[in-house]
Amino acid sequence: MNDYSQKVIDHFTHPHNVGVIKNADGVGEVGNPTCGDMMKLTIKVETQGNKEIISDIKFQTYGCAAAIATSSMITDLAKGKTLDEAEKITKDDVAEELGGIPAIKMHCSNLAADALKKAIENYRSKTQ
Amino acid sequence: MKKEMAKSEKIYLDYSATTPIDPRVADEMSRFMATNFGNPSSIHSFGRDAKKVLEESREVCKDFIKAENSSEIIFTSGGSESDNLAIRGLIAKMRSKPHMITSAIEHKAVLSTVKELEEKGLIEASYLKVDKHGQISMDILKREIRHNTVLISIMYANNEIGSLQPIREIGKYLEKLNKERERAAFPKIYLHTDAVQAFPHLNCDVRHLHVDMMSVSAHKFYGPKGVGFLYVKKGTPLATMITGGSQEFGKRAGTENMISIVGMAKAIKILEKEQNKDVEKIQKLKDKLTEGILEIAGTHLSGHTKERIPSLASFLFDGIEGESVLISLDLEGIAVSTGSACTSGTLSPSHVLMACGYTHVEAQGNIRFSLGRFTKDADIKRVLEVLPGIVERLREMSPLY
Repeated sequence: MNDYSQKVIDHFTHPHNVGVIKNADGVGEVGNPTCGDMMKLTIKVETQGNKEIISDIKFQTYGCAAAIATSSMITDLAKGKTLDEAEKITKDDVAEELGGIPAIKMHCSNLAADALKKAIENYRSKTQ
Repeated sequence: MKKEMAKSEKIYLDYSATTPIDPRVADEMSRFMATNFGNPSSIHSFGRDAKKVLEESREVCKDFIKAENSSEIIFTSGGSESDNLAIRGLIAKMRSKPHMITSAIEHKAVLSTVKELEEKGLIEASYLKVDKHGQISMDILKREIRHNTVLISIMYANNEIGSLQPIREIGKYLEKLNKERERAAFPKIYLHTDAVQAFPHLNCDVRHLHVDMMSVSAHKFYGPKGVGFLYVKKGTPLATMITGGSQEFGKRAGTENMISIVGMAKAIKILEKEQNKDVEKIQKLKDKLTEGILEIAGTHLSGHTKERIPSLASFLFDGIEGESVLISLDLEGIAVSTGSACTSGTLSPSHVLMACGYTHVEAQGNIRFSLGRFTKDADIKRVLEVLPGIVERLREMSPLY
């Protein structure tokens, strides 16, 4: 508990963008319940000119407080970004934005960046 | 403001992890600390004063567990040391490679010790499986006994799910079996039990249990941390693990932890008078808690429904992970614990729940509530007020529910 920053606690208690987008353009699922964390991201993509922008994003997460907070944070970071920009968001970016997360949580609970990449890949595989 | 409120109303429901020191124990320790500092091994009056208190304390422990002689009580630093001393001490006295039996759901102090001895090639070991309720089977235990079996170490009550093991039944069986083994010139089988969780609530009369060794830790019954004892029945072979002076009948060197030993003895005296009253109250509150929690859909009690310590109830919540429940309760000022991998520092959930046959997901959702002497009705009410909302909120976020 002491290991969690106030920002992690804030995102855990009041997460942003919880849920599932109906008819999502891309879906990313990562993790497995064996190690205690699972995450599902859904995205809506809008084309503006030659740019593809994440216009909406929602998450569902089964996991610890860090898993939920990182999920919430990535939805904030990705919303409104182009796919190319969003793809570049790393685990470290997410952790940093949250004021850091405990070392032991970096690998098992910080899945959000992977889920976002998968959702983008999923969108691209459908549109190409 | 909200934080302030939560602070003043903090609720502690983690008595299986540790208990607060009873104020009467703290008083006794302070009084002793201020008046008696001698080394009980010294010959002069200071030493004799300390020695007198030391032996009186030993007598209190002896009387409470109905041991025959106070020399059967060896003061230690607590449960883990007692478990280590019992197992390593007995095994070290054996000449040919012996076999021992333990269970898959023992405390790590026993399991890690047995595994280490096994890996070093010093013993053969059997780890008894448990059923869904966390109980071993007598039939399987009997089948595991070999010609070279010398020790069975089984906990009295489990620390995560509270299930009880049939210690008395094992003890009585071994007494009979050992007579036959003596005639066949097989080694005697000794019985050790880790009674750390059971001690505050259950009958730990060693004659009733028919045990040869029993581990006890003071901080589980309102005494200080860092002190406990190992009961070792007269005639049980036991090598010294901490060598040095001849304290504790040569079984454990080092100047005795006097202040804590005094505290433990006081805690036992209180237990002697108040155990029945405590247990009755705790059982009632725990039943109320259990009933209330089971009203939440998708919630299951782990462990045995009846054969369990009265103080502990642990639950599995479908679709949510234990740490997130723990943190949510903590933010409400309520302290509980979880067997989730997230809090264990490893990547696998509780070995106890896995041994009971729960899946990873089920085991991850485990939350343990443990009650004690200072738990109030209002505490339980508060938990039942906030918990359903927490579970609902986390489930709304979960892709598994």
